[in-house]
Parts: sequence; structure tokens; C-alpha cells
Amino acid sequence: MQYLDNYLQSKGGYDYTNVKRNELMKAQGFKEMPFTKTGTTIVGVLFDGGVVMAADTRATAGSIVADKNCEKLHVLAPNIWAAGAGTAADLHHQCAHFNAKLKLQRLNLNRQSRVNEVITKLTSKLFPYRGNIGVALIIGGIDCNGPQLASVSPHGNYVYHPFQSMGSGSLAALGILEAKFQDGLTKQQAIDLAIEAIEAGIFHDMGSGSNVDVVAITKDGADYKRNIRQYNAKSYQRQIPYDFPINNTPALRKYQFDIEKQELTEVGQEMEIIE
Amino acid sequence: MSGIFEYNGGSIVGMKGKNCIAMACDRRFGQQMSTITTNYQKVFKIQDNILLALSGLNTDIHTFYALMEKEINLYNLKENRKMKPTTFANLVASALYERRFGPFFVTPIVAGLENGKPILATYDSIGCKSDLDDFQVGGTGGNYIYGACEAFFKPDMSPEELEEVIGQSLVSGCDRDALSGWGGVVYVLTEQKLTVKILKTKQT
Repeated sequence: MQYLDNYLQSKGGYDYTNVKRNELMKAQGFKEMPFTKTGTTIVGVLFDGGVVMAADTRATAGSIVADKNCEKLHVLAPNIWAAGAGTAADLHHQCAHFNAKLKLQRLNLNRQSRVNEVITKLTSKLFPYRGNIGVALIIGGIDCNGPQLASVSPHGNYVYHPFQSMGSGSLAALGILEAKFQDGLTKQQAIDLAIEAIEAGIFHDMGSGSNVDVVAITKDGADYKRNIRQYNAKSYQRQIPYDFPINNTPALRKYQFDIEKQELTEVGQEMEIIE
Repeated sequence: MSGIFEYNGGSIVGMKGKNCIAMACDRRFGQQMSTITTNYQKVFKIQDNILLALSGLNTDIHTFYALMEKEINLYNLKENRKMKPTTFANLVASALYERRFGPFFVTPIVAGLENGKPILATYDSIGCKSDLDDFQVGGTGGNYIYGACEAFFKPDMSPEELEEVIGQSLVSGCDRDALSGWGGVVYVLTEQKLTVKILKTKQT
């Protein structure tokens, strides 16, 4: 069934069987539920000897906070990380896919992955989908050509720049970066700058919030600090916690399935139902 | 015409406890404002240690459940072993993402016990897995249940306590949602047994 594999490969691994039905539903006036987006503020800063990337941790679905502490810094290779904004599912799956793709190539060629390799592969994948794969990434890493930082837009455009910010909070973060960035920062200065930029995004942008994650990549490896700053910790704890009495909620029937014996019984009745 | 996810109604919630997990759902199946039946199953036992709860468009609930049953049965036959809950959680994410441009209108919650450790994951309709919180909700009444969960939840509860807390959260949330309710079912899974409790709720 080689031809079937080739055919599926050419479709990029996506299954389009529900598309017609969904379009008909939309034409009838139904509205879709919003996808989980990472409203987000993400930044990248180049310093002397490496690159620092930072992100906030809020994921939203419409105006509800879907995840208070999600991870937006993804590993693509031991020396290359990606920070992602956009549709959360696309980010997660595309980064996982590229991680695997790069690993296979490293195993085949026995060479370290390069940043420009990631950019080329990524933009080649995104462009044919005309921006429908909603990933806006900042790619940062260190390879044989030194530390590099680039940003990739959902349509497949890329830009190399010593500092980047993306996401709904990017303008807030860019203000901090434009004011305080200089060439030749040290690692700690770059980390502090990145955290400050994310902070601006967290407080000024509604789509970003919760905590800050930071990763500093140098030729010695990647130093990942999850939740290095926490701004939204729960400050109120109920003095007297709710303690529900056991078996208080009235039940009509209650069944019990014993896993070892593989037996279903009705609790409180003499009758035994064995499946 | 409201959203596709509001057409049938329904709410689900999952919670972690100490070496146990609980899942609860309402029982209503409606078509916008009419109620068709009050015994629709939304939580499915995929394996002895994995539960799958689905909310959203009921036809897609049924189709997606059938798809997952097929996957796990094929897995059992091919690999001759049970599937781990974390593997199943990733399988659900991939199955949803495969239909990225023509999605199933479901928001699943997967709950399981792996070596006694509770696993809980929720997804949006295209497969963004979120497995860091101790409780997850889904469905039209989800946002109201969020509020109840934030108030009632405590970490590391025993199975009996967890059963009470999840039942109360579900009922409190569904009381505020017109499209959910008409009964509740609570599933509590431990290493030894699975208990199923059908709750007596307001009949509206």
C-alpha cells in the first residue's frame, strides 16, 4: 500500500474528512468555539556568547484563561529552542514534529542542528498553508556559526535581529527592549532584560499573564528556569476549608466494578450483575 | 443559532486525588432548548485504568469515542499489552490535531492511573493538551464548574472525599447552566475498583 502512504504524506498528515460537514454547519449559522490561543508575550535577546529566550505562561480560550501555567518554550534541539505564540495546538504539535525531524537528521548526519536549517524547514512548511497553521515563533540557538536569533511569522516570513518579541504583548515588550538593549550584554544582564520585557507584557496585555519562564542557551547547554518569576500566586487560602461529609450527596444508584475480579456489582442491593 | 458546542449541551469535570481520579458528567442530551433524553453517556471506560469524558456535539462525541475504542483495541491486539494513560493522552491529542482543518467538535478530558499516579489531561477541539492542573472542566457548564472547583478543591483527597467534592462541583455548576443537568454520574477510579454513582439532582 505504498501509494496510500505517499498520498497521505502529500496531504501533510492532516485528515480533511470533516471539512465539508463543518463548512455546511458554518453556513447554517453555527459559530465555532475559539481554539486555545497563547495570547502571549515572548522575547528573545542575543548576548555575548549565547541567546536568552523568555515567555509568559497564560493560555486563553476566548476571554477565559484556559491554562494558568502552560509551557511556551519548546525544545527543538539541545542547542535550539523555540518560543511560540499563536494557536496552542499548532505550536505544540509543530514543535514536537520539528524536534523529531531534527533528531532524525542529527542521527543520519551525525552533526549538530543549525538555526538556519530550522528556519528553512519551518518557513517551507508554513508558506504552503497560507498562514492557516497559526504559529508565530522566535527561534534562538547556538551552533557552529555562533548564537543566532530569528522570528518566524505564520505566513512563512522570517527576520534575524538581535532582539525579538512576538505575541499580543509584543508591543509592550518591544518598548522595554528598544530602550534598554545594547550590544555586548552579559548573560545575567540579558536574562534581566528579558524578564523585564515579559513583565511589561504580563501587566499591560490581557492575553499574557501568570509567570515567566526563561531559557539561556550557551555552548555549554541550555539553562531552563521554569517559573522564574511568579506574579499571580494565590494569595488567599480559605481559613476553614470545605469539608463535605462522606456519602452526603444523594444517589439514585451506585455501582462498583472490581478491577481484579472483573466483576460489576450494585452497591446496596443484594442483586449481583456480572459482566 | 448559537455555537456548535452549545447545540447539544452538557458538562464534564475531572479531578485528581491521592492515588485516585474522579470524573463526572451530566446526563442531558438536548437539541438547543429541547431535551431529548436524560440518560446520555458522556464518560467512557477505555481501559481498566483509563476514563475518557467527552463534551460538545453529541454526534462527534459518539464518533470520537468509537475512534478511540478502535485505536486502543488495535493497540492491544498489535502490541499484546495494555496502553499507558500518558500514551493514550498523547494519542487523543494527535487524533484531534490530525483533523486540524476539519475538527471534531469535542472537548475531551482523559483521566487515568499510571502505577498509582493520577493522570489528567484536557484538550481544546484541535488537540492542545493541558495536563498541569489538578482539575479540568469541559462543556457548556464548564466555566461555572470552574468556579465551584476553585472553591471546593483540595489537593490529595481520598476517594470518598473526592467523590463528594466532584459531585457537588458538577451539580453547583450545572444548576447555573440551562443546557446541562438532568442528573449526574460520578466515576471514581482507584487501583482496586471503579465506583459509579448516579446522582439525584434537580429535574430541570
